[in-house]
Amino acid sequence: MSGVLLFAVVCAAGALGALARWGVDLALRRRFPAARLPWATLLVNTTGSALLGLLAGAALPGGPLAGAGVGEALHAVLGTGFCGGYTTFSTASVEVLRLGREHTTRTAAGYAAATLLLTAGAAAAGIGAGAAL
Amino acid sequence: MPVRPALLVAAGGAAGTAARWGVAALVPVPASGWPLATTLVNLAGAFLLGALLAALPRPGPAAERARLLLGTGFCGAFTTYSALAVEVDLLLREGATAVAVLYPLLSVVGGVGCAAAGAALAGRLPRRGGR
Repeated sequence: MSGVLLFAVVCAAGALGALARWGVDLALRRRFPAARLPWATLLVNTTGSALLGLLAGAALPGGPLAGAGVGEALHAVLGTGFCGGYTTFSTASVEVLRLGREHTTRTAAGYAAATLLLTAGAAAAGIGAGAAL
Repeated sequence: MPVRPALLVAAGGAAGTAARWGVAALVPVPASGWPLATTLVNLAGAFLLGALLAALPRPGPAAERARLLLGTGFCGAFTTYSALAVEVDLLLREGATAVAVLYPLLSVVGGVGCAAAGAALAGRLPRRGGR
């Protein structure tokens, strides 16, 4: 795949990821209108980290996506494109700020810590699964 | 999913992904292994989103369109939590424990600080739309 084409496909995958994130947010808001915590962002970031972990694990030396070529392109499209567009750090940061203002510092710190631990745990599980492929 | 709002989210998401790709292509990885490109996009994106949400005109269709295009679309896709999470794990696997601990802490605390700074700065701007 040429560089320009790969770039275009990565951007399109990023657009799909952003749409999927927005869809999860709309669906959870409709299903749980009284929720106090930003669960959609936590869900998106955790599942996206698991998927990117899976890709990263498969790209480790000896894995099915290791080295240049198709594996590298797939990693760019699904990882840099989709997972990057799907997960979000900016919304997570703004929501921690908002939780601190509207609720308590403890709730905000708890949400921030839970996001970091859950995403890192999901990524580690994904890497382990991807490396075993 | 409504069509026009979806187009705004998709357009912003494609642009945010392109910008993140550009930063990753331009910013080198330091010898310490610190994921500098992800740090930069995440802190800058948190600042931008904080500023955007504080600068939006009063609630209405125009503010909603701007939020979907620039907030949900651009800032959402420009920044990435999955890369942060995976980079932390890969740093731990490589034995770069100090960076693996400092990088997420600085990112998360710095992200909230940047969002607050953006909101404070945008809150000082003169408002349009009669507010």
